[in-house]
Amino acid sequence: MISPFEDVIIQTVCRILIPFIQLYGLYVIAHGHSSPGGGFQGGVILGASFILLCLSYDLQEIKKRLSQRANVIFLSVGVIIYAGIGIVCLLLGGNYLDYSWLRQILPVDPVEARSIGIFGIEVGVGVTVMAVMISIFLDLASEEEQKGS
Amino acid sequence: MVWQLNLILLLFVLICAIASITVKDLLSSAIIFGVYSFFMCLLWAEMGSVDVAFTEASVGAGVSTIFFIVAILKTTRRSKD
Repeated sequence: MISPFEDVIIQTVCRILIPFIQLYGLYVIAHGHSSPGGGFQGGVILGASFILLCLSYDLQEIKKRLSQRANVIFLSVGVIIYAGIGIVCLLLGGNYLDYSWLRQILPVDPVEARSIGIFGIEVGVGVTVMAVMISIFLDLASEEEQKGS
Repeated sequence: MVWQLNLILLLFVLICAIASITVKDLLSSAIIFGVYSFFMCLLWAEMGSVDVAFTEASVGAGVSTIFFIVAILKTTRRSKD
């Protein structure tokens, strides 16, 4: 559906712009617990950078950079990070996602442990949202090639 | 919080919402819906809810507009009714 076309202005601008968009997405994720933003917004920005790559080149470009299998693995790893941190807190004696109990395995005080815990959660949410956005876009945009499988 | 600015933004939101459901071309409708999301984002940012405004700007005005356009490209551009 998205036919490949050669436009040197669009491709050059997007190639220069995409690393900065991804850097901004990582900034939003990393500062999510102390400023506006967070895992969801940063993940959407990261996913939008891959969608921009797909729009400015073609569908094969994004499959070269990030294969469908790697995308599914990212999707699952984010959920595992989220649930894993919660279950680690559960195993250490606290409630689910009660980050202050992470102080037993980390050499920090409870306040610092809470900050590290919520950062891990943001990373998990961001990875999952990025993979889901790319997956929805690829499912919508790709043609009948996936209809048989 | 300036109520005059709020009123102007709310007026733009209403205009965009009505235009988005009355226009016949579905591609124009999707673009106007993106504009609606952006004015909604400005309204929320002006009311002091920066986090919601951020979500609206990235999801509503960014990704969901792209999804609408891709869905329109897969189907037909003209509305039947």
